[in-house]
Amino acid sequence: MAQNKKTELAEDTKKMEEMNQIELIIGQVLRIGVIISAAVILIGILLLAVTGKTGYAPNVYPITVKSITAGILALKPFAIMMLGLFLLILTPVLRVAVSIYAFAKEKDHLYVWITTFVLVILLIGMGIGYLGK
Amino acid sequence: MINTIMLLIVVGLAAGIFGAIFGIGGGMIVTPILTLAMGLDIKYAIGASIISVIATSSGATVAYLKDDMLNLRVAMFLEIATTIGAIAGAILTGLLPSAVLYILFGLLLLFSAWNMYRKMRSGKETTDKIQPDSLSTKLKLNGSYYDNAVDKRIDYQVANVPGGFTMMLGAGLASGLLGIGSGAFKVIAMDTIMKMPLKPSSATSNLMMGVTAAASATVYFFNGSIQPEIAAPLAIGILVGAAIGSKIMKHLRARVLRMIFIPILFYIGLQMFLKGFGVTI
Repeated sequence: MAQNKKTELAEDTKKMEEMNQIELIIGQVLRIGVIISAAVILIGILLLAVTGKTGYAPNVYPITVKSITAGILALKPFAIMMLGLFLLILTPVLRVAVSIYAFAKEKDHLYVWITTFVLVILLIGMGIGYLGK
Repeated sequence: MINTIMLLIVVGLAAGIFGAIFGIGGGMIVTPILTLAMGLDIKYAIGASIISVIATSSGATVAYLKDDMLNLRVAMFLEIATTIGAIAGAILTGLLPSAVLYILFGLLLLFSAWNMYRKMRSGKETTDKIQPDSLSTKLKLNGSYYDNAVDKRIDYQVANVPGGFTMMLGAGLASGLLGIGSGAFKVIAMDTIMKMPLKPSSATSNLMMGVTAAASATVYFFNGSIQPEIAAPLAIGILVGAAIGSKIMKHLRARVLRMIFIPILFYIGLQMFLKGFGVTI
């Protein structure tokens, strides 16, 4: 009986360490995501500062996937800034996605479902934004 | 153009620091500055603001790989409500006139100021001995955190989950509608309704704000409300500011924080409200 309790405790500690590890990895993934989006935004700002040109006529902004892609290929500052902003918008979505993995590892099925549901709502929001245009 | 960009980076820095400390999205600071001080149309300010909210939330993530004050289960469960609310709100914004948005925003700030003041008067910061309801036990929402200011681990229970969930639907709606993180509402839902302590409430609210804002941000992104020359420098400033702010937050006492912030919030709220009626003070 006492032996059982001991193994249980050891397993608990092992599980906690494993969870800690997963949370740290998630932290790293997000940190990299945020840094990449910040770097892209900064490149856009610097390009704007150096060239003094936005790449577009006054009050014109690239807002479709097509115009942003074309703008990035032509190294237009506004298009690069928009890409960075879009990547920044994706970082919380990434957070939700990796949390699903964390809950799955923890064998917390209830929260795998709850978190997946949140992700689906986010994707629906994106769909509405995209189709609304 | 360069001067404006530098100015926006500085505004972002300040908004990020305060946003992270108070668990608000930075949008409550950014929108009044963009509209009242810089004369930008509120619809574009809302677009820049929703980016600010995400930057505040993500900046704090960069500061801490792993936030012990965060309650991930509470966050994910309540995000079901906030994201649904946010999408509805973002769709609604396109349909409302600017004056109405100013008035709503002003009322929101006044309410937040009043709410912070009321809590300060009641004085007591930690409410121990909370009866958790059956739902919070079933959903494994109860948690614990380490409080640096008093130097000990504090266990807490979560009460009134349905009430908190309903409040979060409203918080999400306000977030999508006004481009704010509606952190104040989220903190109210967790700290006042669900009886969580302030620090985990703020940390959890901060994570939730980013996810909630992402739900409506794509709507704003694709409908042209997000202007890169405004949103991009703000985002950079805020990312750095929020990382600093969330480091400072752990060492501050909640009461001092509120005392600094309440008069500012009240004044700005009044200004926004009156602007909705065309009055400038």
